[in-house]
Amino acid sequence: MTLDEMLRAIFTFDNYSELLPLVQNSIWAGAVLGLLGGLIGTFVMMRDLAFAVHGIAELSFAGAAFALLIGANVVFGSLVGSVIAALLLGLMGIRARDRNSIIGVIMPFGLGLGILFLALYEGRAANKFGLLTGQIVSVDQVQLTLLAGCAVVVMAALGAIWRPLTFASVDPELAEARGVPVRGLSLVFMFLLGVSVALSIQVVGALLVLALLITPAAAALKVTSSPRLVVLLSVAFACTSVVGGILLALGGRIPISPYVTTISFVIYLVCRIISWHRSTRSTRSEARAVQPI
Amino acid sequence: MANDGGAAARPVVSLRSASLSFGRRTLWHDLDLDIRPGEFLAVLGPNGSGKTSLLRVLLGLQELDSGRATVNGHALHRGSRAFGYIPQQKSFAAETPLRARDLVGLGVDGHRWGFRGGGATYRRTVDALLEKVGASSYADAPVGRLSGGEQQRLRAAQALATDPQVLLCDEPLLSLDLHHQQAVSRLINDQCRDHNTAVVFVTHEINPIIDYVDRVLYLAGGQFRVGRPQDVMTSDVLSELYNSRVDVIHNNGRIVVVGLPDATTHHHHAEAAQP
Repeated sequence: MTLDEMLRAIFTFDNYSELLPLVQNSIWAGAVLGLLGGLIGTFVMMRDLAFAVHGIAELSFAGAAFALLIGANVVFGSLVGSVIAALLLGLMGIRARDRNSIIGVIMPFGLGLGILFLALYEGRAANKFGLLTGQIVSVDQVQLTLLAGCAVVVMAALGAIWRPLTFASVDPELAEARGVPVRGLSLVFMFLLGVSVALSIQVVGALLVLALLITPAAAALKVTSSPRLVVLLSVAFACTSVVGGILLALGGRIPISPYVTTISFVIYLVCRIISWHRSTRSTRSEARAVQPI
Repeated sequence: MANDGGAAARPVVSLRSASLSFGRRTLWHDLDLDIRPGEFLAVLGPNGSGKTSLLRVLLGLQELDSGRATVNGHALHRGSRAFGYIPQQKSFAAETPLRARDLVGLGVDGHRWGFRGGGATYRRTVDALLEKVGASSYADAPVGRLSGGEQQRLRAAQALATDPQVLLCDEPLLSLDLHHQQAVSRLINDQCRDHNTAVVFVTHEINPIIDYVDRVLYLAGGQFRVGRPQDVMTSDVLSELYNSRVDVIHNNGRIVVVGLPDATTHHHHAEAAQP
């Protein structure tokens, strides 16, 4: 494949105006998931759960693969897998160190199970691949309604616990002293996280969930520490990545995930550069003005 | 001093024959203690003597094994607004998505459900708290970038948010430099004197607060002594508590304790001293 052919495979905009209406559902689904990912992602970063998201995704993949094998609903399978994984982590790993080793143990097991189920599955190969890399182009009206419904429920629950969850995430000692149910909130959040991971897998696949749940929030945290702005930016970044990815992937024959991950990575990179630029500037100005304490 | 914890005022906090064990080890038993408004009580003792546990009992996070603890005559419960709590200094991660004012704001209403409306009252409350602890100049700075001393001022502001009757401080000066130690302890003392707030100050080092302390509760080896600093911080009393020869030297308004079991001067590790 020459470079020109490769570029044509990656960026094709033939018949774009005719294709666009066909994927309207996918774009809406992408926007909903971007919104959800951006919101959940801020708490994932605050609670240092990036690795946990990855672990949950692998188990979600195993659940989906099992559902595929027995002919059940794949979304439901992935939902069950990730919610079990998330609650397990919430119950077992209170301290970050324990949690990480538990995830390290669970993750390969989940992935292995998933591969086993896929190997046993005798249906269409594209179905298998879609679980790992995403398959948003095929979203129909029913799926979209289901997805949006789940997302709304998760967001409403997240909204209800927003403030005490923030308190418990950044300042658990004081939150506990103030009577905030720190442990209960942690479990509720893990449940919401499990559902969000399962929903996101439908778009970007199990391998790339981090691009939707971690990267946007991580990028936002690089450029601001205002709690509101972090959430707004994180949502904006996530939506841009998903919707942008779908629009770019439209004409070509490549799955959408590489587009999504690349956009989200570039956003992160830009935010990092901004933050680095700022910190070198502020160190210089601090050095100039030596103040007595 | 407007109020030096005189016996006239009714106690805010009362412990009656309070006992607490940790596994098979008794931390303290038959502890009777009244804490009065405006009183500055220092809680001293080696690690593992139950100083922090005492605070946890008052915060309603830990049950007494026996005895009774009350605040304003009522049983203790979690999340009581009568208590303000200043935890040990712990650094926030560099990318914590909070500015100084947001951290203080969590102290104001972080325990409530839902979103914050973001009203003018909230902003005024937070501004007033920041002003009170002298943190207005870095109100919009990210907490992750603040020094330990600056963060502890914010802790104080959080603790004062409920306008508490009792301030519970758990080693609030730990890992601060001398300048910030003085600043933070002065801040706590001002609240104690000017607003008649009782202070329970857990520390392993009495000297930074020696000028403010009304009474000392010394916990060691499953026993305790309560009294004025000059009565408790003596060679005789501490030798008895530790069950071995301890010398207390008064030097220039400072107290130096020499000969603590299994430790040099201040960082007492008294697990070995337990019988």
